[in-house]
Amino acid sequence: MGNEGFTAFTLKSLTDEEYYLPGNAACPGCAAVMALRIGLKVLGPRTIVVVPACCMSVVQGYYPKTPSKVPIFNTAFAASAATAAGIRAALDIKGIRDVNVVCWAGDGGTADIGIQSLSGAAERGDDLIYVCYDNEAYMNTGTQRSGSTPEGARTTTTITGKSERKKDVPGIMMAHRIPYVATACTSYPIDFANKLRRAASIKGTRYIHLLSPCPPGWRYPAEKTVEVGKLAVETGAWILYEWFGGRCRLTGPSTGLAERSKRRPLEQYLEIQGRFSNADPSKIAEMRRRIDEEWERILGLCHD
Amino acid sequence: MFATGNHAVAYGVKAARAEVIAAYPITPQTQIIEKLSEFIEKGEMGAKFLRVESEHSAMAACIGASACGARAFTATSSQGLLYMSEMVFWAGLGSFPVVMAVVTRTLAPPWSIWNEHTDILSQRDAGWITIMCGSVQEAYDTAIQAFRIAEDRRVRQPVMFGLDAFSLSHTSERLDLIGQEGADAYLPAPEGHWRVVDVQEPATYGNLVGPERMMEIRYSVKRRVDDSAGVIEEAASEFSRISGRAQTGLVEEYRTSDAEVILAVVGASSGDAKDAADLLRDKGIRAGVARLRVIRPFPAERLGAALRGCRTVAVVDMDYSFGYGGIIGREVASVTGIRPFNYIAGIGGRDLGVRDFAGIARDALRRGESGDERREIWWGMKDSQPSL
Ligand SMILES: Cc1ncc(C[n+]2csc(CCOP(=O)(O)OP(=O)(O)O)c2C)c(N)n1
Ligand code: SF4
Repeated sequence: MGNEGFTAFTLKSLTDEEYYLPGNAACPGCAAVMALRIGLKVLGPRTIVVVPACCMSVVQGYYPKTPSKVPIFNTAFAASAATAAGIRAALDIKGIRDVNVVCWAGDGGTADIGIQSLSGAAERGDDLIYVCYDNEAYMNTGTQRSGSTPEGARTTTTITGKSERKKDVPGIMMAHRIPYVATACTSYPIDFANKLRRAASIKGTRYIHLLSPCPPGWRYPAEKTVEVGKLAVETGAWILYEWFGGRCRLTGPSTGLAERSKRRPLEQYLEIQGRFSNADPSKIAEMRRRIDEEWERILGLCHD
Repeated sequence: MFATGNHAVAYGVKAARAEVIAAYPITPQTQIIEKLSEFIEKGEMGAKFLRVESEHSAMAACIGASACGARAFTATSSQGLLYMSEMVFWAGLGSFPVVMAVVTRTLAPPWSIWNEHTDILSQRDAGWITIMCGSVQEAYDTAIQAFRIAEDRRVRQPVMFGLDAFSLSHTSERLDLIGQEGADAYLPAPEGHWRVVDVQEPATYGNLVGPERMMEIRYSVKRRVDDSAGVIEEAASEFSRISGRAQTGLVEEYRTSDAEVILAVVGASSGDAKDAADLLRDKGIRAGVARLRVIRPFPAERLGAALRGCRTVAVVDMDYSFGYGGIIGREVASVTGIRPFNYIAGIGGRDLGVRDFAGIARDALRRGESGDERREIWWGMKDSQPSL
């Protein structure tokens, strides 16, 4: 597979330069903003970030201040990919070729209201990187369920736990046959950094779905963000993979977790958070079944 | 040459060298974007055409392009305009000089593809300069002027211009072009002075603003839209110099100076209204026409001056605001202090011809003389009108 000519990024390769400054308005322990900080280090100063309505609209802080050293362009909730497509078209017309155009959107703005413009951009092959930071609910408006909320999770609009399963946006994006789709998790920043770097080296629509634990929304103490994200991966509830050139491969710790016995018990991931406190054993068994199904599907893609 | 209103718009946009076009088809606008994509695919025009999946995305893409200092254009109609509305406000309140053609069409339900102005007027508070064309030639001329107005440093606001569905969009009339040289002389390449997204000068655009600053931000939009009135007149007179064709700025007056009755109209039916005025004058009735070319900024002073001294004013609205009245009629009344008779006509594309305008003028005169207090008349209804 296409790993040739791609030396993996290490912690040392990340620049000391900060493009997203401390003192921004994120909640303590916000994974989405940690990832943005890492992401901008990878992408560098010639990057334009498009942000729809979501937590990041608030995290950027209050006009006229901003924590960002790269331009951020805010747009309406449903419109990130289309806005980015317009930005790219203007850059092309002006002959500017070395700028990354990146959407940084929540799961609601991606899986639900924004999927039309994302799908349109992907179908047209618009040259942009789309990062969905998935905190698995509408957090900006106070933790309502989204299409990306996992089964069993409590939100303010599913107070006994969501009864539907999580929408598979990376799968939807793969079905668009775009050049690059990957999942990531903020707890594995180097894995994420490598994926972003790979994405930046390709043209066309590139999609990264980033699991981003959220202390207030998931109901765990702020200092546990990295641990929660790690548990998501180590229990197999979140699978790290990369799909490009028509092929899929597991990455990071997920590489060793294809066998179920290697994974930590799902309960460890569920118990550390308040949002699954309603889940009884039968619900947990259901979740486990979904996770197994998901593994089979991804492994199937890896073997093809 | 002969061209439809839609093709006239496409020729205008080509002459204006729009750089990014993002659009979605809807009848009766479709021919505008078909023609533009033809120009681009044949290499006659250097723009980027984004064949987006919805009007919401069309306007979002235009905003993104405009934010980078590119000249951006889209066209839509009716349902498309409403679907786009969130982004229409985003462009207006964010001061992005996007230009849009709106082929005015009735809103559903029930489905109807024929003319009515309620769609374009529904966006009147979005911070867009809003123009309504009177002819195919004016559709072309306005397409070019729109970019100049939008991009003017004193303005930097988006401009939409309307064409009446079918009666203008699909009707062929004689069309004179100004040529690429003429257009380039009139409209220099975009300087992009409004650019807000630039990696060389990073800034965050559109982040959260508190109550302590929002009024000032809105006030700057107000100032720009208000001040655009002068720029619109300037753009028209400069265009008239370059094209050798007389241009209408804010208001077109036809035989108004000594008129006893003035028909105040919007859009392409003004041609029929003028014929009606001629007809009535032949019969000894001093009739005139005032056409509002510009709806935002509302040309209160110019219109007031046109109507002053006239005993009877009939405002003809091809639109309606339920529970309020004809939109233009109400606006005319509120800014001029005149109490016009307000005729609601041509709804859903109902025929509205020379005879109707003559009838409306006579009806208004009669009502004025008899001291009729009823101000709103639905004209041309099939059922006998309920007496109010
Ligand atoms: C058209 C529209 N509908 C609703 C909203 C209200 N709204 C703002 S942010 C948001 C939720 C965003 O959720 P998500 O995309 O998951 O990002 P998060 O807030 O979780 O970071 C909603 C519903 C809006 N801004 N625009
Ligand atoms: S609510 Fe969650 S996602 Fe939003 S800023 Fe706070 S921690 Fe981050």
